[in-house]
Amino acid sequence: MLVHSRSGRWAVWTVFFVLFLPLFALPFAVIALASFATHWSGAFPSGATLTHYQDITRGESLDALTTSLVTALAASVLALVVGGWAALAADALRGRGRRLLDALFMLPVAVPSVVVGLSLLVAFSKPPLLLNGTRGIVVLAHTVLVTAFAYQSVAAAVARLDPAYEQSAASLGARPAYVLWRVKLPLLLPSLTAAAGLCFALSMGELSATMMLYPPDWLPLPVKIFGATDRGSLFSGAALAVVLMVTTLVVLLGVSRIRTRAAYR
Amino acid sequence: MSTGTVRTPDLAAPVPRPARTPRAVPRWVWALPPVAGLALAFLYPLVLVVQQSFTPDTGGHDLSAYREVFASTGFREALWTTVWIAVGSTVGCLVLGFALALVIAFVPFPGGKALSRFIDIFLAFPSFLITLALLFVYGTVGMANGLWTDATGAAGGPVDFLHTPWGVLLAEITYFTPFVMRPLLAAFSQVDTAQIEVASSLGAKAPRIVRQVILPEALPSLAAGGSLVLVMCLNEFGIVLFTGAKDVTTLPMLVYSKAILESDYTGACVVAVVNIALSVALYGLYRAVVARTAAGGRRAGA
Repeated sequence: MLVHSRSGRWAVWTVFFVLFLPLFALPFAVIALASFATHWSGAFPSGATLTHYQDITRGESLDALTTSLVTALAASVLALVVGGWAALAADALRGRGRRLLDALFMLPVAVPSVVVGLSLLVAFSKPPLLLNGTRGIVVLAHTVLVTAFAYQSVAAAVARLDPAYEQSAASLGARPAYVLWRVKLPLLLPSLTAAAGLCFALSMGELSATMMLYPPDWLPLPVKIFGATDRGSLFSGAALAVVLMVTTLVVLLGVSRIRTRAAYR
Repeated sequence: MSTGTVRTPDLAAPVPRPARTPRAVPRWVWALPPVAGLALAFLYPLVLVVQQSFTPDTGGHDLSAYREVFASTGFREALWTTVWIAVGSTVGCLVLGFALALVIAFVPFPGGKALSRFIDIFLAFPSFLITLALLFVYGTVGMANGLWTDATGAAGGPVDFLHTPWGVLLAEITYFTPFVMRPLLAAFSQVDTAQIEVASSLGAKAPRIVRQVILPEALPSLAAGGSLVLVMCLNEFGIVLFTGAKDVTTLPMLVYSKAILESDYTGACVVAVVNIALSVALYGLYRAVVARTAAGGRRAGA
């Protein structure tokens, strides 16, 4: 306890909430409020309505939601396979090899997402690999961007793994593949699902690279939100944003439930 | 660390089966498939970007595209805007994040745990939501100006900074402060409370305890969090795009407008190379800081 007097503590807490609430809680509150409104000319929005949500249940907005879900699912599965494999391979290496893999797989974090999008455009707009204008290029961009996070989470989990389990298994005659499949992967399952949840959330909200390469028939939700706000329909943009946040939250909560169930095993 | 132990599973098989046992492949071979995937989807395209930046539309290889871009005022302004907004946001995030994390950790209140959970969720949301929210708070139609018009009866409110760099700065400070708070909270949980009690019983007031006991412990996490936020601010695109301001152009925004709106790929690649160089250099610094912090922590723990 840093502040001992009662009044001092209350003063600190007041300052804290005066800073915290407007900066971090207010943004979510106003988006939620605006998604049910048609006007905002006073201190609070007016014209309560559900039409923005009804619009989402059909047409292009629904397509955008499914597009985002499919893209995020595909990208996080791919990222988990590539990033997880690389993290396991890096763990088996030592010294320079591991540092090289670390640097390579964390590099996409440092490179701006817009540049990742641009580089894919430059590379895959001409034969032999003509991906520009396909849905695949969006999934590929998302995979590149989230693989680093999958690698990082799995690598951290592998480093924490008690080597006694695999040593016992190996000393009992289990082959490396069997050790990996029956010992290491089950022990890593909680971290793998957590990594998948993180990748999914990041991919759901990815805008920068997507803006560079989305084809007209594959508009993810963030692009759709930008389109809505750019042409001035702020309120339907807010409703789409609420759908994006709720979907992300539901997936993250679901993943954390898997984690707690796996922890009992 | 798991690396310190010797692992030789292939030698540990109890009954050697001489003829059937395949020669074990070296371990680095297993790293090849993911590296090949990364090389195809990420490294090769990056190399092509660098190559394209040296290849003007007229053909050949030279630096003319660089000369052209560096000479344009648009690029120089974008570079300056990017750097000052990123530095300003980082300083803001560090100050704000330190203050908020300090309260959560050392002046605890009921619900503090839930608050740090909330911060974790915050990190999973996309950045442009903040700008969208700020449009409803400080926009021409919105809460702040609405309060003003309600109170004074005027036609419009005085708050109009969202389309200036200050709007971007506010959005970036809001979005990136949790990235500073998380490592700080982790570091604060390692601080021995007995140290604070002792300092306090020796007569040190709170500001002095913060300065002389807590701040030295927090410096590595501040450095790590700050450099990460600096890189992310340099690369931020969603916030700037949603602000929709014509006079706020950052490097990522310039890449986007050159490539997509003007179809000037060579120019976009030049800006991209500059942006990559800036960000990767800073990110290398961040990794070095984190590695040193981790090594220091291990030494202290041993």
